[in-house]
Amino acid sequence: MTIATIDGKVVLEAVNKAVEEHGATIDELIPILNDVNRTLGYLPANALDEISRRLRVPKSQLFSVSSFYRMFSTKPRGKHVVQFCESAPCHVVGGRQVWASLLDHLKIGPGETSPDGNWTLITTSCLGVCGVGPVIIIDDDIYGNVAPDQIAEILARYSETRE
Amino acid sequence: MKYYRSHVLVCVDPDCLHRGAHEALDAFQDELVAQGLIDEVQVLETSRIGACSQGPEMMVYPEGVHYAGYTVDDIPFIVEEHFLKGRVAKKFELPAETAIDEELSAPTPKEMRVVLRNCGQIDPENIEDYIAENGYMGLAKALTSMTPEQVIDEVLASGLRGRGGAGFPTARKWQFCRASAGQVKYVICNADEGDPGAFMNRRVLEGDPHAVIEGMIIAAYAIGSSQGYVYCRAEYPIAVQTLNIAIEQARAMGFLGQNILGTDFSFDLEVRMGAGAFVCGEETALMASIEGKRGEPRPRPPFPAVSGLWAKPSNVNNVETYANVPQIITNGAAWYAGFGTEKSKGTKTFALAGDVKHTGLIEVPFGLSLREVVFDVGGGIKDDKGFKAIQTGGPMGGCLPEAYLDLPVDYESLTAAGSMMGSGGLVVMDDETCMVDIARFFMEFTQEESCGKCTPCRVGTKRILEILDRICGGEGREGDIELLETLCEQIKQDSLCGLGQGAPTPVVSTLKHFRDEYEIHIREKRCPAKVCKALIRYEILPEFCTGCTVCARNCPTAAITGERRQTHLIDVDTCIRCGICMQVCNFNAIVIR
Repeated sequence: MTIATIDGKVVLEAVNKAVEEHGATIDELIPILNDVNRTLGYLPANALDEISRRLRVPKSQLFSVSSFYRMFSTKPRGKHVVQFCESAPCHVVGGRQVWASLLDHLKIGPGETSPDGNWTLITTSCLGVCGVGPVIIIDDDIYGNVAPDQIAEILARYSETRE
Repeated sequence: MKYYRSHVLVCVDPDCLHRGAHEALDAFQDELVAQGLIDEVQVLETSRIGACSQGPEMMVYPEGVHYAGYTVDDIPFIVEEHFLKGRVAKKFELPAETAIDEELSAPTPKEMRVVLRNCGQIDPENIEDYIAENGYMGLAKALTSMTPEQVIDEVLASGLRGRGGAGFPTARKWQFCRASAGQVKYVICNADEGDPGAFMNRRVLEGDPHAVIEGMIIAAYAIGSSQGYVYCRAEYPIAVQTLNIAIEQARAMGFLGQNILGTDFSFDLEVRMGAGAFVCGEETALMASIEGKRGEPRPRPPFPAVSGLWAKPSNVNNVETYANVPQIITNGAAWYAGFGTEKSKGTKTFALAGDVKHTGLIEVPFGLSLREVVFDVGGGIKDDKGFKAIQTGGPMGGCLPEAYLDLPVDYESLTAAGSMMGSGGLVVMDDETCMVDIARFFMEFTQEESCGKCTPCRVGTKRILEILDRICGGEGREGDIELLETLCEQIKQDSLCGLGQGAPTPVVSTLKHFRDEYEIHIREKRCPAKVCKALIRYEILPEFCTGCTVCARNCPTAAITGERRQTHLIDVDTCIRCGICMQVCNFNAIVIR
């Protein structure tokens, strides 16, 4: 993995900001984890340590929560996260071919990050935009009515802005 | 309220925003000021009104003219033509048939809109728009002229049942919670709409959030609660944003907070977001998630009405259930009970998806037949193919074949047919669908979403999936069908929550209605719908092949050989059955066997 470990200061800042915004109580744990995961791209061990200290929640509980929800990752993710909707409505309108095309172009499997650290490919549950399936999301951009032969062009948009 | 002769609704959906909806709004305001029309024409933001492919789109009322495909520079022209000269700016008018909202089109004759009535019609970020449509009238009526008991009686008389899927009478739930001992009680809205293909709740939250908020306040009054939560899935960021704006506005207007409408009733509301876990739609898992824990269900009883969030009595209802409440109170129970069947009153929203002509949201009175839903409301099967099955009730629902098309859509009928109402996902499948593959697909979903707490669900779904994988992979064995039946029965009987209990339904229903397809997969090693890759092979028809070499050049595994102008051949062992050759062949010379 070529992704550099995130600087301790950056981690601390992200945790501080999230805890300040939501308050240091256990019922705000999921909103806090959401914010930190979003800022840092994943939940590094030192972030969980800090949240545990601030909220006075055992680390075991923090790990149990952060490993449960699909949107949290305890492993580093690539620069761009590609999410593929694997739900039935997308499946029946050609999702399978889009998935094959994604695998083919990214050369990584589900849940994997490319060796250059640019891409992570994950599947997502239904996004509720089934009227325009098959659907993929790259970072925060939603693409609907995706055809297998569009994948190369869509991915290229992100490669260009890479540096 | 101020009187305007025209209202301009500009769509501010992400697509239209991307195409400059805010710039268009500003330009519109400026031009109206310049022409001295700003006191006559009101410009409003609204949710999706069209396909957004030519955005920013707008609607002009009362005429109902739909404009699209213009740029900011064209706005002076539109203002001059439409509002000064009083004629339609034809150049940018979308003809009625192309002005389709892909999610929610104008109601067909068999539809009835109660929950979706305001979606796309009002500005969800402006509480005054909602009030103008009789919003918060139900709340005012309940708080000022009804006791909590009378509110419960009214909802009971309306026959409203839980729209989350189980169909439990809403007022009974409220009664239980009201009767529970304790000062602190919670009202919770389940907006964790996770069923693939179902997005009715998202649309209501994004298009008419105040209806849900008003319903929750009325429920809180009936139960005696002063704090509520909306638990919304994180996959719906726009819904969360719209809800937060709506809650703030409701607070500013005095519909939320201390002494609502000057009475001694106080109630406030917060939005909580999930983090991607399907099982959190189960009410006990949902409450665990609000408490900051893993979203795992626990056995019931005790039911939430007795011991729910933080062990306090709690009332959990679905988005759609709450959205019905204000209108029941405003228009009376008898009005609402006038729609639907004897046991299923009112209307139900559905998300039509799959191989049907008009996909998107619909709202129909209970009692319509599946045939009417698929063919009259949905317009029939796409590309004029044949109907094969309809799956109701989401991933834990069943697939019903053509013989069931005349079944009325209501809670009891669907359950009796071996499926269920569920939250309202309807997936239509055409005659090129492999039902074993579909069962395998849903099993893959439930297996992955199983939270892992109880063994029958965790291990059982995995075992079923393995068997189905084997059958689809051409390695089905005699006895597999019987093994599946036994496993399904055990998982259904012994699982802790609705996820596990419902997980086998797609398998059970396809085994019941499409058993022959399983048998052909297992015994003849053939997939009649030509879907299961291991059971099909691609072949080139010599009589059509011109030897143009296109297929050979596009084959990713070099499985196709042949000289130019000679018939080509596919090597079955090298072929990965990707189907690219069939797509690129210009002579229809490639077929699936």
